[in-house]
Amino acid sequence: MNDTATALRIRPMDAADLATTSTTGPGAIAMRDLNFYYGKAHALKNVNMTVPTHAVTAIIGPSGCGKSTLLRTINRIYELYPEQYATGEIVIDGRNVLERRYPLSDLRRLVGMVFQKPTPFPSSIRSNVAFALSYYEKLSKSELNDRIEDALRQAALWDEVKDKLNQSALGLSGGQQQRLCIARTIAVKPEILLLDEATSALDPISTAKVEELIHELRERFTIVTVTHNMQQAARISQRTAFFHLGELIEFGKTSDIFTNPHEQRTRDYITGRYG
Amino acid sequence: MAIPARRRAADITAFVFATLATALGLIFLFWILWMTLRQGAAALRPSLFMQMTPPPGASGGILNALYGSAMMILVAVVIGTPIGVAAGTYLAEHGRHTRVAKVASFINDILLSAPSIVIGLFVYELVVRSAGHFSGYAGALALGIILLPIIVRTTEESLRLIPDTLREAGFALGLPRWRVTRQIIYKAAMSAILTGILLGVARIAGETAPLLFTALNNQFWSADLNAPLANLPVVIFQYAMSPYDEWHSLAWAGAFVLTAFVLILNILVRLLARKGRK
Amino acid sequence: MNATAITNEMIEAPAPRKSGAGADRAFEWITAGAAWFVLLLLAGIALSMAWGGRLAFETFGWRFITSSDWDAVNGKFGALVPIYGTLATSAIALIIAVPISIGIALFLTDIAPRWTRGPIAIAIELLAAIPSIIYGMWGLFVFAPFMATHVEPWLADHLGNKALVGPLFSGPPIGIGMLTAGIVLGIMVVPFIAAVAREVFSAVPPPLRESAIALGATRWEVLRSVTLPYTRSAVIGAIFLGLGRALGETMAVTFVLGNAHDLSLSLLMPSNSIAAAIANEFTEADTDLYRSSLIALGFLLFVVTLIVLTIAKLLLMRVNRQMGRTS
Repeated sequence: MNDTATALRIRPMDAADLATTSTTGPGAIAMRDLNFYYGKAHALKNVNMTVPTHAVTAIIGPSGCGKSTLLRTINRIYELYPEQYATGEIVIDGRNVLERRYPLSDLRRLVGMVFQKPTPFPSSIRSNVAFALSYYEKLSKSELNDRIEDALRQAALWDEVKDKLNQSALGLSGGQQQRLCIARTIAVKPEILLLDEATSALDPISTAKVEELIHELRERFTIVTVTHNMQQAARISQRTAFFHLGELIEFGKTSDIFTNPHEQRTRDYITGRYG
Repeated sequence: MAIPARRRAADITAFVFATLATALGLIFLFWILWMTLRQGAAALRPSLFMQMTPPPGASGGILNALYGSAMMILVAVVIGTPIGVAAGTYLAEHGRHTRVAKVASFINDILLSAPSIVIGLFVYELVVRSAGHFSGYAGALALGIILLPIIVRTTEESLRLIPDTLREAGFALGLPRWRVTRQIIYKAAMSAILTGILLGVARIAGETAPLLFTALNNQFWSADLNAPLANLPVVIFQYAMSPYDEWHSLAWAGAFVLTAFVLILNILVRLLARKGRK
Repeated sequence: MNATAITNEMIEAPAPRKSGAGADRAFEWITAGAAWFVLLLLAGIALSMAWGGRLAFETFGWRFITSSDWDAVNGKFGALVPIYGTLATSAIALIIAVPISIGIALFLTDIAPRWTRGPIAIAIELLAAIPSIIYGMWGLFVFAPFMATHVEPWLADHLGNKALVGPLFSGPPIGIGMLTAGIVLGIMVVPFIAAVAREVFSAVPPPLRESAIALGATRWEVLRSVTLPYTRSAVIGAIFLGLGRALGETMAVTFVLGNAHDLSLSLLMPSNSIAAAIANEFTEADTDLYRSSLIALGFLLFVVTLIVLTIAKLLLMRVNRQMGRTS
């Protein structure tokens, strides 16, 4: 198993990680008895898991195991589609966000999502980043510009676009577009970032840049990332959850999961017995 | 903290507007259909289908108009369908690699929406002037020209939908290209092409403008397509614009028959399409 | 099996191929000829209109377009009133139809419960199937009186004396006129624009919409900031398509526009459109000049419609390519 660890280049959790991450602080996500249905299909089965703050939690598993579904349950984007529904609880900052009474607008501000394919809006770079800011806050022009610059810096995109903020976002490269989407999402200062295979559609260099970005961002956000790339999960996450056919099989420190998993199914997946 | 009032107001306004817009569209639809039904049904009598268009003051029917329209539609279909299917076939089979096909497809779509009155003028110049008189044939030609782009479009689209594997299977059996098209492709696209013809008929049945100076109209019974021919749309037009009440009621009856015909055709087309999909 | 039998079989086999090639070529020629026929048809229509109208163009020159005379007795004809009426009614039609169509598209893609979407969409499409002469009759006997009794007096009273818009709404409320014709035309055009809008609205990729929603955008904000910019070419193409139809529409307008040859600023007054003028007067045109003037009008209409429909087609073709279709 230590060969696997070396092969996957796992960084052991250091003391700094242990100090900052917590399971009860603001932005921790506690899922209790979570079930999800696509019509009659039971896609998530009794998930009980707590995602800690200031850490990257990777969700891994074979296709169709419910990884993306889990993400889409957290920000309730599934409510766009009438046949999809969830039961159970997801508690963030002491409140169950799955409750009908919990306002979606609050949730959408609290939780940001980046999709697999970059989705820049058909407008300028500046208005992409500012898109949601005007919804939630009254900002003066200079405050707005500051926030835009701030978000673009945090997304490691500022230097590349600072001279062309008014140009169309569609003119950026794929990797830049995805970082723009990240900038857009963190501009409203959410507590939680959901990344749904955010680097799958990018070339290796852009992927490396985004991974570096994720590593920096985790100091400020709770990050949950779905990925089918195990090496990536091992590289960037501190916690890993392995899902199979809608069930949470194993959840623990990334280094543990990849070097010494408890469950046989986890072991089989990690060693590539099935995928 | 819920959504601020300003944004919520904008969203609700959009919601209300969209709903009202749809309601408005539906209201007008039902208003028009209801009025046609009410006025037309009031004037419905068996004599409608047994007598000719009357002079003012007398009672009558629209038999000659129905016959004339039917004849002209028939001739239009006979003229327009072969050319339309042939052109549509060419565009579908060669549309990706010849300039002619691409341009013809483009032009065809423009003809599809061209003003029908201009087509009437064209046929007038071409046929009526040289022949020296109005005729049912001229009217049928005008209708055929309007029908043509519709058939071309539906044929082209339905042939495009046929997967290439079907063609390849035919070629693999050694069939020449024209046989593959005729025996395999046309059979597969038959219902779609038929649908196109029905839709085209529904469209030209209601066309008035191109008939105004080609077929004109005929007060009496006539089966002579080489002379002015009575037809439903022009009868409705002339009788509706007249100052006589009996003529108005006859016009409504004609409008009712025409609308019913067109709507039934449309429903038939949808049923055929659904059956085809199964 | 003896040698002769085998040889005979082998001789017979290739023969059908040869006739196949000949028939293939014939088939090719026939279908290509039909395609060329379509091209020639358009050219033929344009040329015959130009030819038929040449007398009028030669006689009046540019004044044909700028003059508002229409005197059959003295042989003076000018296209200004019909052109103005055509443009005015089409403009009114679009002003009404575009917001309604987009509203309907929004309703059908985002608001209506899923099970109602099919039936409502079919109902809206039926508006396009109703023959234009039916619109005309309904317009003349039902809608125009309605406008004359309920709408136009209100407009004349409340807007007739305001600055700027006043002259647009003055005059006796007789129902027949540019406003009524424009509204009827607008209703006719709605299904065309709404059908295209609905198709492209639902083709917006879900991740794009979801990105906006995940950021907290409301339905209206998604429409304004994501859907409309994304579908801009298609929607504009659809609007041009609707304009093309409105410009050439004859029967609906003939019934309710009034066939008046006076230029009037007020929308409540009757006017004339190119198509309506031709429809109303062609069979009565007794001189060559009269006929030629009407055909010249037809030529103008044809050219303008051609340009508008070409723009529409180009815009919609670009959208189809974006969405990966090859037509």
